[in-house]
Amino acid sequence: MSTLDATTESTRRLSGRRVHLGDLILQLVAGAATLAALVLVFLIVWKVIDGARPAIEQFGVGFVTHVGWDPVKQVFGAGSFLFGTAVTSLVALLLAAPLSLGIALFLTELAPGAIRGPVTALVETLAAIPSVVIGLWGILVLGPVLSDHVEPFLHDTLGFIPLFGTPGSGSSMFTAIIVLTIMILPIVSSISRELFLGVPSELKEAALGLGTTRWEMVRGVMFPYARGGIAAALILGLGRALGEAIAVTQVIGAFVGIQWNLFSPGDTLASRIAAEYQGATSNLEVASLIYLGLILLVFSLLVNLLAQWIVRTVARRQGLAS
Amino acid sequence: MSAPEATAGGRRNDRLRRRKIVNRLMEGLAWLAAAIAVAILGIVVFSVARKGASELNLNLLTKPPVPFAPPDVAQGLGNAFIGTLIIVGIATVIALPVGILIAIYVSEFAGPWVKNAVTLTLDVLNGIPAIVIGIFVFGLIVVGRGQSGFAGGFALSILMLPLVARSTMEVLALVPNSLREASLGLGVPRWRTTLSIVLPQTIGGVVTGATLAVARVAGETAPLLFTSSIVGNQINWNPHHALQTVPVAIFELSESPSPDDHARAWAAAFVLMMFILFASLGARWLATRSRRKLMAR
Repeated sequence: MSTLDATTESTRRLSGRRVHLGDLILQLVAGAATLAALVLVFLIVWKVIDGARPAIEQFGVGFVTHVGWDPVKQVFGAGSFLFGTAVTSLVALLLAAPLSLGIALFLTELAPGAIRGPVTALVETLAAIPSVVIGLWGILVLGPVLSDHVEPFLHDTLGFIPLFGTPGSGSSMFTAIIVLTIMILPIVSSISRELFLGVPSELKEAALGLGTTRWEMVRGVMFPYARGGIAAALILGLGRALGEAIAVTQVIGAFVGIQWNLFSPGDTLASRIAAEYQGATSNLEVASLIYLGLILLVFSLLVNLLAQWIVRTVARRQGLAS
Repeated sequence: MSAPEATAGGRRNDRLRRRKIVNRLMEGLAWLAAAIAVAILGIVVFSVARKGASELNLNLLTKPPVPFAPPDVAQGLGNAFIGTLIIVGIATVIALPVGILIAIYVSEFAGPWVKNAVTLTLDVLNGIPAIVIGIFVFGLIVVGRGQSGFAGGFALSILMLPLVARSTMEVLALVPNSLREASLGLGVPRWRTTLSIVLPQTIGGVVTGATLAVARVAGETAPLLFTSSIVGNQINWNPHHALQTVPVAIFELSESPSPDDHARAWAAAFVLMMFILFASLGARWLATRSRRKLMAR
């Protein structure tokens, strides 16, 4: 009798308001890990600013637009790399966007059941190939093919556009664009696929029941429904393209200056950092490379926050609508 | 009377035909897009396999590289494979417990506001370019102390952290609340409920997330350039020193003009790619299996 009393007594104490010591410890340890992740992001921003400080003091904000990179005269600027980053990522996005949407539509609407699963897995496998392997393939296989066959063809047919100038050696912004397209393709297509899967089938069936063709249903129902999400997916793809260093370094060739001919070499923010860090000779040069990294960090933060904001806004609106 | 009807019908037929043609065209383009994606994957995998498989032998994995070696001297990238093993191991040992703890905090203890903030932070962390992570660890550890395997492992762990935490959060959300309630209702304290009832349910998902994260960082080059790339050719097991890694070795060999170096780069790329493909396909298979098991409850 007394033992039973003791058990009920201890049970009452345990289940009461009293905080259990183990709970407290687990909550503290797990909370500390979470806090560490929050602090980490701020620490990254602070450390990158700190490393770039000598270059910020030397060149100020003018660094961002100054075209030129001269280790001999110790004058550095990000202008030509900003240009290279903008051209390569935006053109890659332009190529990847229709392709990715096509893949996503194929996987959600058209693919026969038997090949839907395998093709989905294959497209996602593309994302798993390391960038250094794609870069190796880009420089040794893709580059020569592009410069021997594709670039002359584009130059002959579309040469009146300054972008398609004289073909070069294969180490070019064009090769970098194709490599980046391959890298953002799986990201945009897998997000879009999920968005399309989320379109309520009542809406799709209603449109088809009104006699629209499948394409009209896609254009009139699925695209508008997934519009915000697609924008976020494209922005995330852009973020991936902006930050890719290794594969771009391998194929783009390294050139300081602004050339509109896509078939000539160039450089992006990330590729310049990767290519030059080991050979940097002065502290100012290292700081300038880190300054490039700071610009990249700011871009990636803006791009990601924008994408997340869109995703959350869309989610809230759809949550209200349904 | 019948003539205008016929033209109206004809016009309607024309329009219908045009709509059908547009539809066909767009469907064809979608097929084409999927075919292009599969073809790209096929071409990349095929070229790496064709050029890499012929160079593949045990020396590649065990023997260190010999600079300016005569053709009959056996050499490989043993230092790089061992370095990658050690550095990825260090990264996993750091990122796995921290990532799981973050997931536990967010899904078992935090309120909605904190949950939102942490999810956003993890997404932002995931979006920071790998090369910027390299710069960060360079400024934090390498300046003053020099490059080391530990610095490389730390850099990779930052890349793994959001992947591990997000995937663990997703499986924790799948664990039915009735399980937690049953355990708490029996008087088991919250910490024991979390660690010995809830967490074991997620083991499949956690392993999947960890494998995908390992597969992702095993191929990362950019952060290692800053933290563990200035190395000699000897085989080194000590993470206090900078270690050569497979991706950095491929990167350096690909910039070399010598075809022999290219051949070794292809072979190393082949091994790396096979490892990553098998790891991610295996993880995906495991994920569907463990998800089905959780959903079946």
